[in-house]
Amino acid sequence: MRRWYLLLALPFVGLLYPPLYASEDPELFGFPFFYWYQLAWVPLTAALTYFVYRKTRPPEPRRAAGRFRRT
Amino acid sequence: MNFEVDGVAIAVFCALFLLVTVLGFVAARWKKGDLDLLDEWGLGGRRFGTVITWFLLGGDLFTAYTFIAVPALVWAVGAGGFFALPYTIIVFPLVFLFMPRLWSVASKHRYVTAGDYVKGRFGSRSLATAIVFTGLLATMPYIALQLVGIEVVLGGLGIEGEWPLIIAFAILAAYTYTSGLRAPAMIALVKDTLIYATVLVAIIYIPTQVGGWDNIFSSANETLPERDEPGALIPSGPDAHVAYATLALGSAMALFLYPHALTAVLSSRSQDVVRRNMSLLPAWTLLLGLMALLGYMAIAAGVNVTDPSTAVPALFVDMFPSWFLGVAFAAIAIGALVPAAVMSIAAANLFTRNIWKEFVHRDCSDREEAQVAKIVSLVVKIGALAFVVLLPTQFAIDLQLLGGVWMLQTLPAVMIALYTRWFHRWGLLAGWALGMVAGTWIAASQSFEPVWETPVLEVTAYTALVALLLNLVVATVVTLLLGDRGRADELDETRPADYDELEETREPAPTVSAGVS
Repeated sequence: MRRWYLLLALPFVGLLYPPLYASEDPELFGFPFFYWYQLAWVPLTAALTYFVYRKTRPPEPRRAAGRFRRT
Repeated sequence: MNFEVDGVAIAVFCALFLLVTVLGFVAARWKKGDLDLLDEWGLGGRRFGTVITWFLLGGDLFTAYTFIAVPALVWAVGAGGFFALPYTIIVFPLVFLFMPRLWSVASKHRYVTAGDYVKGRFGSRSLATAIVFTGLLATMPYIALQLVGIEVVLGGLGIEGEWPLIIAFAILAAYTYTSGLRAPAMIALVKDTLIYATVLVAIIYIPTQVGGWDNIFSSANETLPERDEPGALIPSGPDAHVAYATLALGSAMALFLYPHALTAVLSSRSQDVVRRNMSLLPAWTLLLGLMALLGYMAIAAGVNVTDPSTAVPALFVDMFPSWFLGVAFAAIAIGALVPAAVMSIAAANLFTRNIWKEFVHRDCSDREEAQVAKIVSLVVKIGALAFVVLLPTQFAIDLQLLGGVWMLQTLPAVMIALYTRWFHRWGLLAGWALGMVAGTWIAASQSFEPVWETPVLEVTAYTALVALLLNLVVATVVTLLLGDRGRADELDETRPADYDELEETREPAPTVSAGVS
């Protein structure tokens, strides 16, 4: 279960090494790459965090009642 | 720059301001609790669920000052100011990892502040006091800057002078006193809605007026290199890249050490609420990113101001009809009230729990504890007001920059301590002291430039991270030298199980015993 946490390393890798994205091209809707690339990480990180949240949530008696238990 | 007085905008602005004032006082009756107890007044009874926590944290972390300062920086220097985006992206996964542990141990031992936790973990009053001192020191100028945010907006409405600011703050002080954390939690609902609406309208409407996104970025690309201190649309070269990345990382690590962030997290109902929120709060990050681009829109619109912080207000005055200008400015001004209230409550909690109860009146009753906190929240606000009225604004801005450097020096004793107690308490204290002095000295010696050309490492990095590195080296060396690990177990009142327990709902808050243990 704990290895799901490794997914949370992705935004750090993707954002803390600026040479990866410090360029103008390719543009998207008039946005230089530098800007849309970083903006794209916002929903991506939110989705990753939500995914990890679901995967690491412990089974809880009240919520799990009548449903399948999560592992 | 002088703005003209706009009657319609002022009327809309005042109406919205009045609405939140009423809400602030009504909040006292919401989720009813005994407001003469610190747990109720200062943490809202630790009962806030996902939605309230989302609004409260969003309103608390993304302050009015942020919404003024980030686009101002982007307007002035370009890409360098955009580090706020990666900063507020990575902060949430980071917090997702460590904050539930802190929430858990704090709820188990009824801790209200980071100082409470450090004292419980290390049994050291000196270390706890150092942490508390840092929090108070960093929070004061931050509150003052919220006032600067209101001042900028009032200036945009054509209102000059200090008395409107004083009135706004007196009202804020009154309902914070009576309603505690419930007031900013309730006002945050209005504030967040207004600010979201404003930014969405701005980023959809304004580009159509200034020739589209293509034109916005290309005019920024032409204008930025011609500034007195040349900016750039894309950061280039290793120095700019390291500065960008370290500013993002260091700021993210410091954010949740601030007392106001901790207060908002501890007021939530469960670990689950905290964790779920970390995937929802990026909605605010997106807003901040779009808001940052308003700096470029101001360039494309040909806004020409001497003070960058008036760039966005000037853009709004140019673009929006009067009534919407009132809404937009009210959004920012109300946006200043939420963090200012939470920050003053957090400072009051710190002072009462870790200074008053620790050094002044040990047998202080629960009622006295809450009463002292309420009075301190007033004193803190008066202090912040005096700060802005009497001293140059630049002083508050410089101190706020230092605030990040200072807060990061508490990371080993607070965040790292959640995972290991390997460090000796004297090692942590020595590391903290050196980090504080070195960080302050570096920042002051280069007129508060946030990054430093670090010798030995030969990189241009965020001062706070350099100071943290020194801090950790000293803490490690002193720990190794002292080597008496045995006593650490005796002094630690927390147990490993206190950190991991995931619970869906907590038991009804014990009323009288709160804070006694």
